[in-house]
Amino acid sequence: MNVLLDNSQLFIDGFKNTGILFIFSAFFSLILGTIVAGMRVSPAPAMRAAGTFYVNSVRNTPLTLILAFFALGYPKLGLPEISFMNAAIVGLSLYTATYVSEAIRSGINTVSVGQSEAARAIGLPFMQTLTLIVLPQAFRSVVPPLFSVFIALLKNTTVAAGFSVLEAGSIRATLSDLGEPLLPGLLWVALIFVLLVLGILSPLQRYLEKKWKVAR
Amino acid sequence: MTNPAHAPALVELKAVNKHYGALHVLQEINLEVAKGEVLVVIGPSGSGKSTLCRTINRLETIDTGSITIDGKELPKEGKQLANLRADVGMVFQSFNLFAHKTILENVTLGPIKVKGMSKPDADKLALSLLERVGVGHQAAKLPAQLSGGQQQRVAIARALAMKPKVMLFDEPTSALDPEMINEVLDVMVELAKEGMTMVVVTHEMGFARKAADRVIFMADGQIVEEATPEEFFTNPQTPRAKDFLSKILTNG
Repeated sequence: MNVLLDNSQLFIDGFKNTGILFIFSAFFSLILGTIVAGMRVSPAPAMRAAGTFYVNSVRNTPLTLILAFFALGYPKLGLPEISFMNAAIVGLSLYTATYVSEAIRSGINTVSVGQSEAARAIGLPFMQTLTLIVLPQAFRSVVPPLFSVFIALLKNTTVAAGFSVLEAGSIRATLSDLGEPLLPGLLWVALIFVLLVLGILSPLQRYLEKKWKVAR
Repeated sequence: MTNPAHAPALVELKAVNKHYGALHVLQEINLEVAKGEVLVVIGPSGSGKSTLCRTINRLETIDTGSITIDGKELPKEGKQLANLRADVGMVFQSFNLFAHKTILENVTLGPIKVKGMSKPDADKLALSLLERVGVGHQAAKLPAQLSGGQQQRVAIARALAMKPKVMLFDEPTSALDPEMINEVLDVMVELAKEGMTMVVVTHEMGFARKAADRVIFMADGQIVEEATPEEFFTNPQTPRAKDFLSKILTNG
């Protein structure tokens, strides 16, 4: 307990940055992932190919490499400078979006083809068929896999600690520098992650599942 | 092909061919449907009758040939195709009401999103159509709360809300319990009487006799026989049609 109380500011700063990384990355990856899922079911072959290429290339790259690129490679490209924090958000979003996209695509496949046929039959173009008819029904069945993706994202934020972002994953290293015992620090970080998942993400998942329960 | 009303063809198929892999599911189909005509398409399963129906609003693509509606060739894709589909009402075997929307929203969606109608106008139109098909008091419910017959009548109202030039019915009563078939057929007979142009894939001989101007019998991707309902059911010409009719008559 002393490790936590004596270094409360360190824990607060660390988890605040974890929270920022998580919320922005979840938000952007949800948007990007939905767009990519839409591309992958689009009638235009070029869109499908681009979506598939993005998912296959980024999903199969280790997150560490993606973040390393934004932390170490990107600054050398001569493009506008971005902070390590923003770079981590971009990297995490691009990476997580591939998983979001696949979760949503699996949800799209659970919506019967008759739904989109009926939408097309009353004259809705592809985009409206997707956004008004298919996606609202797909989201209901993707809540569980989507939350798995977001829980993984929450934990993946710790990878950013390796690239100079002061967040929860870097608390342990800082504690070591301060001469605190290693194990209690680690356990506290792990416990707080568990509490974040059980206290925030899981209830949110239950709430959404209940709210969007499929009427059959 | 005969054109009993002697009106210009509203729907015209010329030398239409379609394959599913090795299966030649539509073979050189030529067909005209006049304005106001009610055409019943009948035939054994796998004869291509549903596919034929679905090509008319391009839910199925065709390999060769041409399909025109009101003199205009079916666009291949994009905005023009969507606009054309708005003019062609479709009723499916499995109803396909939008499961996450209320009955009222199912009917108003097309007028609001495709035709740009205001919500109050669309609601008014939808309620009058729902009233007409006998489910006005169900407007606030979700599709899953309605019986199959009620859902199918809503589906008809949804198609009518677009004020289509022609209505396609793809086995509209095949998924219904027997006691619900008539409530749907009654609505369709009313529509026919009001002069709606209809293409109806069905085995319901009662409907064909009551409402159809013409029956075509399909087998193996071809139109084998074409006649008035009375001629077709009492005096079929081809062995295939005789065989088919003897089967559905003994069964039903």
